Amino acid sequence: MAWTRKQMAARAARELQNGYYVNLGIGIPTLVANYIPAGMTVTLQSENGLLGMGPFPRETEIDADLINAGKETVTFVPGASTFSSADSFAMIRGGHIDLAILGAMQVSERGDLANWMIPGKRVKGMGGAMDLVSGVRRIVVLMEHTTPDGEAKLLHICTLPLTGTGVVHRVITDLCVLDVTPSGFEVIEFADGITREQLEQRTEATLHFR
Amino acid sequence: MDDPGKHASGMSKLWPDARAALDGIVKDGMLLAIGGFGLCGIPEALIVALRDTGVRNLTIASNNAGVDGWGLGLLLETHQVKKMISSYVGENIEFERQYLSGELDVEFCPQGTLAERMRAGGAGIPGFYTRTGIGTLVAEGKEHKVFDGVTYILERGIQADVALVKAWKADLHGNLIYRRTARNFNPNAATCAKITVAEVEIVVQPGDLDPDEIHTPGIYVHRLVHNPQPEKRIEKRTVRTE
Repeated sequence: MAWTRKQMAARAARELQNGYYVNLGIGIPTLVANYIPAGMTVTLQSENGLLGMGPFPRETEIDADLINAGKETVTFVPGASTFSSADSFAMIRGGHIDLAILGAMQVSERGDLANWMIPGKRVKGMGGAMDLVSGVRRIVVLMEHTTPDGEAKLLHICTLPLTGTGVVHRVITDLCVLDVTPSGFEVIEFADGITREQLEQRTEATLHFR
Repeated sequence: MDDPGKHASGMSKLWPDARAALDGIVKDGMLLAIGGFGLCGIPEALIVALRDTGVRNLTIASNNAGVDGWGLGLLLETHQVKKMISSYVGENIEFERQYLSGELDVEFCPQGTLAERMRAGGAGIPGFYTRTGIGTLVAEGKEHKVFDGVTYILERGIQADVALVKAWKADLHGNLIYRRTARNFNPNAATCAKITVAEVEIVVQPGDLDPDEIHTPGIYVHRLVHNPQPEKRIEKRTVRTE
């Protein structure tokens, strides 16, 4: 059985370590915040200028001046800080963020990432994704193993315009967990009941198994 | 005085309203840096006033392009913008239409690179090297340089003609304090222009702000506009119910 979005988020939360400063991307990565283990201190960074992002506000707490990078209203946790965009990306570019968990359209076996543009379709822009993948110390991609149409997203070479080259360390999909190694993708975990053959059918890249 | 439009009388930088504050300082074809992230922390009265000046062929460096009917979307409707320098423009249908039809030019710039380009421009730094964008479309045509075995690309600082920013509180000398994540690009945009106009919710006397708490020193701010009750539209109103 493939993992649900919640199970994927819970699996991704196991990438967290006590004391980490973490940036979570839009989509499934946002759900990871719900699975931070009790007793573990993880500080969430939002690249619009916030360290110490808390949950969504209650109706009475909504503040138009306090949003996350997805433009959603959020709250502070105790000990939060705010800063300018230049300061925010200084801490990103400077390698001070421990981990970013991001969505993706495609990942190559060399760790190239494409997640911002489909030629001929609506171009929205890269936002902070290029800065994050080039600056954050560890990049984990959290995404469905294939597109909704069943097309492979784990490829020898990305066909979409890149966000970064050689930047992805680990990929968590609904079917498995893979590491990007010097010899390509290495499968390190399977979702329950998923077989090697099933993975190979749904993956264009070469898979190595431990 | 080098530029009569730059300084208000005495040391009070407060102007009667947004329209008056822009009078004589914005012109066709200018490059403007405008603060805000989405609709959070945008100088909303100044954007309306900029539209009402009727200036055209503007290039605007701003992280986003507003939404249809609000923020920088207002300037797109009236075709006053020639080019946007932005990182993300996904919330605006009119923007997309003009971009696809070739009416509007867009330079996509990674968000951190855009912020640093403003910071550098304001700090007298004409360019800087960054890893951001290496191996992507963003790097095409830019100088590449290797430092300690790592490749970087050269990005240029932005020096704008006019910056429009939004702060929470100001004193009459133009010292600014921002609030929450409405700070975003505003402090960086404020530094990078020849003339910076700040829209603020609260205006106090010099001395009323603790010098240690000022985010943008008044040297960067030439004109102030008091807008005590901005609309502050929310793009994605998200709440928890438990």
